[in-house]
Amino acid sequence: MPQTARPLSPHLKIYRWGIQMITSVLHRATGIVLAVGSLLIAAALVALAAGPEAWSHVTAIAGSWFGLLVLFGWTWALAFHLVNGLRHLAQDAGWGYAIAQFVRNSWLSVVGSFVLTALVWGVVLVRGGGL
Amino acid sequence: MSGFDRFRTPLKNARGLGAAKDGVHHFVVQRITAVALFFLVIYFVGFLVSLAGADYAAARAAVAHPCNAVLLIAFLIAMFWHAQLGLQVVIEDYVHTPGLAILSQLAVRFACVLAALASVLAVLRIALGA
Repeated sequence: MPQTARPLSPHLKIYRWGIQMITSVLHRATGIVLAVGSLLIAAALVALAAGPEAWSHVTAIAGSWFGLLVLFGWTWALAFHLVNGLRHLAQDAGWGYAIAQFVRNSWLSVVGSFVLTALVWGVVLVRGGGL
Repeated sequence: MSGFDRFRTPLKNARGLGAAKDGVHHFVVQRITAVALFFLVIYFVGFLVSLAGADYAAARAAVAHPCNAVLLIAFLIAMFWHAQLGLQVVIEDYVHTPGLAILSQLAVRFACVLAALASVLAVLRIALGA
């Protein structure tokens, strides 16, 4: 922390929210969420290796309304980080920096994440199984 | 770009890899794991969806299949590696107290390595039928 109270440059809150800021913030936020989710994946695999009783706890939690909510949220976070991550890789290659393109492909990340989430859960529903 | 050339001196070469001492290594590894995860995440979600409604024996048999076991282990390593690199940057950006920053970097690294080892061991135990 600064030792003296110097004037600071204006930060995020002075800007009007735009889709570019939302995708940027969401990429980081979904990354943190997915890091926590990765611990749940590890826990589920350890339970699967431990035996049927431990696994029955996993399926009970995953099948509850709270578990399904977490799974649904995890799917969306993963879908967004995947699509927007692809966008970041394209930007690393130098593509898509013109403002109109940037706004358009930001929306593509947001819309694409919902489409992917719906696709995955649509397949799960059609196959007729919970976890 | 040529306008910037006059600011360039051989100093950057003499100093090697910059203040971080590892150049762009973090950036590069973050992207390599990202490209790997693009494919592995699609595989992993497909694997999970294919297991929807499966019982214990079916789930275990699916994980035990050599192709799945290899891809799952690749996914787990890439995921925890990528997570550590990402969380490292988040901590660098927002935690400014030196002691707390070091403690949280250590905690994230230890958690990612332990979770990676535990989950890879779990897949191996299932694949090897232990």
